[in-house]
Amino acid sequence: MKKLALLLAASALASAFATSAWSKTLVYCSEGSPEGFDPGLSESGTTFDASSKPVYNRLVEFKRGTTDVVPGLAESWTISPDGLVYTFKLRKGVKFQTTDFFTPTRDFNADDVIFTFDRMSNKDNPYHTYVNGGDYTYYSDMSLPKLITSWEKVDDNTVKLTLTSPNAPMLADLAMDFASVMSKEYADKLAADKNMIQLNQKPLGTGPFTFVAYQQDAVIRYKANPDYWDGKQKIDDLVFAITPDAAVRMQRLKAGECHVANAPAPADIPGLKGDKSLTVMEQPGLNIGYLAYNTTQPPFDKVEVRKALNMAINKKSILEAVYPGIGEIAKNPIPPTMWSYDTKTEDDKYDPAAAKAMLEKAGVKDLKMKIWAMPVARPYNPNARRMAELIQADFAKVGVAVEIVSYDWTQYLKLAADPKHDGAVLAGWTGDNGDPDNFVTPLLSCDAVGSGNKAAWCDKSFSEVVKKAAEISDKAERTKLYEHAQAIFKAQAPWATIAHSLVVLPMSAKVKGYLQDPLGSHRFDGVDIEE
Amino acid sequence: MFSFILRRLGLLIPTFIGVTFVAFLFIRLLPGDPIIAMAGERGVTPQRYQELVQQFGFDKPMLLQYFDYLRGVLHGDLGTSITTKRPVLAEFRNLFPATLELSICAIILAVALGIPAGVIAAVKRGSWVDQALMGTALVGYSMPIFWWGLLLIIFFSGYLGWTPVSGRISLMYFFPPVTGFMLIDSVISGQKGAFLSAASHLILPSIVLATIPLAVIARQTRSAMLEVLGEDYVRTARSKGLAPFRVIGIHALRNALIPVVTTIGLQIGVLMAGAILTETIFSWPGVGKWMVDAVFKRDYPVVQGGLLLIAGIIMIVNLLVDVAYGFINPRVRK
Repeated sequence: MKKLALLLAASALASAFATSAWSKTLVYCSEGSPEGFDPGLSESGTTFDASSKPVYNRLVEFKRGTTDVVPGLAESWTISPDGLVYTFKLRKGVKFQTTDFFTPTRDFNADDVIFTFDRMSNKDNPYHTYVNGGDYTYYSDMSLPKLITSWEKVDDNTVKLTLTSPNAPMLADLAMDFASVMSKEYADKLAADKNMIQLNQKPLGTGPFTFVAYQQDAVIRYKANPDYWDGKQKIDDLVFAITPDAAVRMQRLKAGECHVANAPAPADIPGLKGDKSLTVMEQPGLNIGYLAYNTTQPPFDKVEVRKALNMAINKKSILEAVYPGIGEIAKNPIPPTMWSYDTKTEDDKYDPAAAKAMLEKAGVKDLKMKIWAMPVARPYNPNARRMAELIQADFAKVGVAVEIVSYDWTQYLKLAADPKHDGAVLAGWTGDNGDPDNFVTPLLSCDAVGSGNKAAWCDKSFSEVVKKAAEISDKAERTKLYEHAQAIFKAQAPWATIAHSLVVLPMSAKVKGYLQDPLGSHRFDGVDIEE
Repeated sequence: MFSFILRRLGLLIPTFIGVTFVAFLFIRLLPGDPIIAMAGERGVTPQRYQELVQQFGFDKPMLLQYFDYLRGVLHGDLGTSITTKRPVLAEFRNLFPATLELSICAIILAVALGIPAGVIAAVKRGSWVDQALMGTALVGYSMPIFWWGLLLIIFFSGYLGWTPVSGRISLMYFFPPVTGFMLIDSVISGQKGAFLSAASHLILPSIVLATIPLAVIARQTRSAMLEVLGEDYVRTARSKGLAPFRVIGIHALRNALIPVVTTIGLQIGVLMAGAILTETIFSWPGVGKWMVDAVFKRDYPVVQGGLLLIAGIIMIVNLLVDVAYGFINPRVRK
């Protein structure tokens, strides 16, 4: 036994030493496997972390740690006065990565940008359906096919984008992962070799890290791109160790098997904070957890009933029980870190007696309703069942009997999107691009009834205001419109806004220069490890 | 013997077709579908939903979808994963060696410890040794795998630092897979320390996966041994003055092993079920976790193909066990 223990300890020690000799390699314990490596085909943050963030660039980028849009592969751009034409000047001398599976012969140019967007929009492009069942879902879901008239090459270093109508969030949309710029030369070579599928398996871009290998469901390896246009990274190698279980990820972090570990369980956070070898980063997430009443169903079609129910919810106790130390009370449909957040909004005051009186005044007696609780933990709601139970107890105090229902997650999503669903649904959202439009349009506009608008709430004045706000480019003007939209929302109360959760990311204290992304992704450019 | 094997092979065909049907139907009976699962919170408009339904061919009559699928299977095409867009067969080939390697280690551990434990418990029947061994077996059998795995990680990896937390090999080793079996590939790679690292990564997952089969084998061995030890020929052997080791080890154990071998064969299904949780806890890239993910994402081709392949493997192992039985016991052949 003693010998076995010694042998095991020696093996563990050898690995530890070898790891330290293997300096400047950053290991990230990720939560899952990427679906593939073509970011255009996916909607998953896990896939984006493994593909678009390390390997690719976009025309414009989000500045690290912010949602500010800054130049990327386009070093500058102009927008026509009518807001319909965007002209991008492309960065010169940008090289695609050289790998053991492809050696580029030319620099990045306008052809690559045209190819990137043409494959998404043009049904005749061979890459439009190059993978079986492949679909450029984000491109479609952002309504870009309707919004974009054309992409044109002006010259090798200039491209022109023409829209059907002005759209202020367009630049932020183009900074999103799905818009990662691919190499046309690489794609053409794969097509000539009748091996197009490789575009989704072995990515090649202009980004800070070069893809090396992927062992399915186990490890993804990258090395620093020596030719990166923004300078070579401080770390030499980047490794994603795929570790699906949250508790095991944290054990790996503590044991030094990884430097950064994603998505700790809320219960583990105090322990992680107490570990001196770790740094625990946290920042308000760009998210919202809410309860959406079905506003087409009596008595929730009455504003006063919705308002009364909102007043019956004790958000403070929900925060303590469901988001211990990792949340803040929500009063608007957009999070406080988002520009145009209306600080003047007054939240519904917790007052069960007044709520009961309001319900009686509205003619509601002995109300029985359903509250839907998600069967899964989500970043914006770590424990929906517990939240539903607390709301159930709160509503009981005002004479409303609640039955909690839950379904399998895919069934839940399908049924909750149906405007005919019964009762109120616990739901939530994490932003994609830092623009307020990305919250209010997909979640609350008339067009989103039947998909993302779980309250089935169609308020024409609200929808008009947010549509107008998306069409103008003046930020101050847009801010006013979104503030107005928030006021309409608060007065109409289609949701009970519950909480915004903090995003917590534990890492080794040796990791330097990491900036948390407000959009919830994980990027390792600009990061270093202390020797 | 030949006709016996043919009969057994003949039975495989309807079983195989039955499995394709059950696999096809099983995943479609679950509520939800891959389109909704992929869209997530964003949702999908009814119009877009219809477009995608057509694109995936879900609008065709169910029976037609089944026959399309069956035709593919007969041509060796199990379809393409809706999630990863890779062929199901290629994914299975990539992942199955990891599951097999872990399962082999687990079953070796279970047999190596389970049979001696059962024999000792039978010989010491009623003693504290018997009670301790069978009590431990009962605890092992009842242990929730997830909790047990985490407990071992926290103690051996976290507290003692003896074993790695998870994965198949230290991340410092990097070599292309040749056989898919990490123990073999690490030797082929020639990298110093790689084999030891791969072996150390197998310890905890093997223990966790072996726990239930070990308990079952130990209990089965004990009861088979008790039965055999009461037989006349064992009494005769004893009365002839044979050494206890020969009586137990040669005369009794050989006969007691027949039902135990059946039990070991049946543990393959148990190992597959256990692999799902073990692989999740230990970040072990095998088919168990792959299948579970596919069920959650309603990835129809992966669930269908995975079930079919696993069922096929179990059927083949059962066939081999039947054939082996036919050799051992001629009465079975009739």
